[in-house]
Amino acid sequence: MDVDNGSVAAMQSVEVDWTDANFSVLRDWEVRQVAYVPDAGHAELIRRCDDAEDMRLVPLTTEEEGIAVLAGAWLGNQRGVLLMQSSGVGNCINMLSLARICRFPLLMLVTMRGQWGEFNPWQVPMGQMTPKVLEAADSLVFPVDDPAKMGETITAAARMAFEGPAQAAVLIGQGVIGAKSFGK
Amino acid sequence: MNGTLDRDRAADYPLHRRAVVAELLAERGDMLVVAGLGAPVWDCTAAGDHPLNFPLWGAMGGAAAMGLGLAMAQPDRRVLVITGDGEMLMGLGAMTTIASQRPDNLAVVVCDNERYGETGMQLTHTAGSVDLPAMALAAGFESASAISSDNEFKAALPAIRSAKGPGFWSIKIKAESNPIGAMPPKDGVTLKDRFRAALLGPT
Repeated sequence: MDVDNGSVAAMQSVEVDWTDANFSVLRDWEVRQVAYVPDAGHAELIRRCDDAEDMRLVPLTTEEEGIAVLAGAWLGNQRGVLLMQSSGVGNCINMLSLARICRFPLLMLVTMRGQWGEFNPWQVPMGQMTPKVLEAADSLVFPVDDPAKMGETITAAARMAFEGPAQAAVLIGQGVIGAKSFGK
Repeated sequence: MNGTLDRDRAADYPLHRRAVVAELLAERGDMLVVAGLGAPVWDCTAAGDHPLNFPLWGAMGGAAAMGLGLAMAQPDRRVLVITGDGEMLMGLGAMTTIASQRPDNLAVVVCDNERYGETGMQLTHTAGSVDLPAMALAAGFESASAISSDNEFKAALPAIRSAKGPGFWSIKIKAESNPIGAMPPKDGVTLKDRFRAALLGPT
């Protein structure tokens, strides 16, 4: 992961902690299809899911595919999760209608860019729009800015997504994952 | 002007969409069907509404991806996606996502009239050089072919129903407008619940 200052080792140990929490929630809910467009913040979780015999990684070409893939998964009685960066939320807007109108369970884990301490201004417009767009699409939105709150938040979001059923997006803030700096 | 697109040729294609889809679904067995929005939904419903049809009233570009998620979740059931050329073109990336997963139980059929049928029959890219089966093969589908005659269609039917997938067929159909006719349920929750009940029983 990239950090703009501070101890890389300390930040990595925090990342492992919240990846553990995220992974164990996916485990608890028997998530079988892990659809994603990658982000550095999800790299460890993707690796853990790849190692899990009963989870199938589904890399996408664009995030909206994941909404449709997971709708099909639920029709066939499997749960899934969609991992993406905040910029991907913009790609999903129309397809979120599918989850909303059919009330498909949809758990989205969104790593934020352009939200807090962003070095790249091109990430800022979509980053700032992300919660508004999700709310406009009738998704439940769970921002997390404290790594210590990650586990309880994803637990709450997954329960509301799968028991609802509902769309639930956990927005993993740059305060949690570290603001990407590309070494600048 | 419409670039290099051919506005005339699809008027002479011999296959008719309603007959093609009726035949695709005539011996469906326990097949699971996802229909892409627009005419494929009306065609599937004209062939007989069925709880194991999932007709998309929206979500353009999502039919093949939805078929993928369903095929992976139900590996022992045949999954057939029936969609249109415009709908497939909007979700073209899904072709590569499907090829990367290689579900052997998934068949994708595009009823290709080279038109956006619901909006005034404007030409799509398949009225030009775009060759969807060639793209599917290049992506890594197990098989992919274009069908333009009744003989070819009859010969392909067994493979569409049961050959090792993922398979892709582009069935070139006459550019014509049909009355919509019977509509499937419009309520998404109803469609979802009846599909799951028919597939899974009480859950």
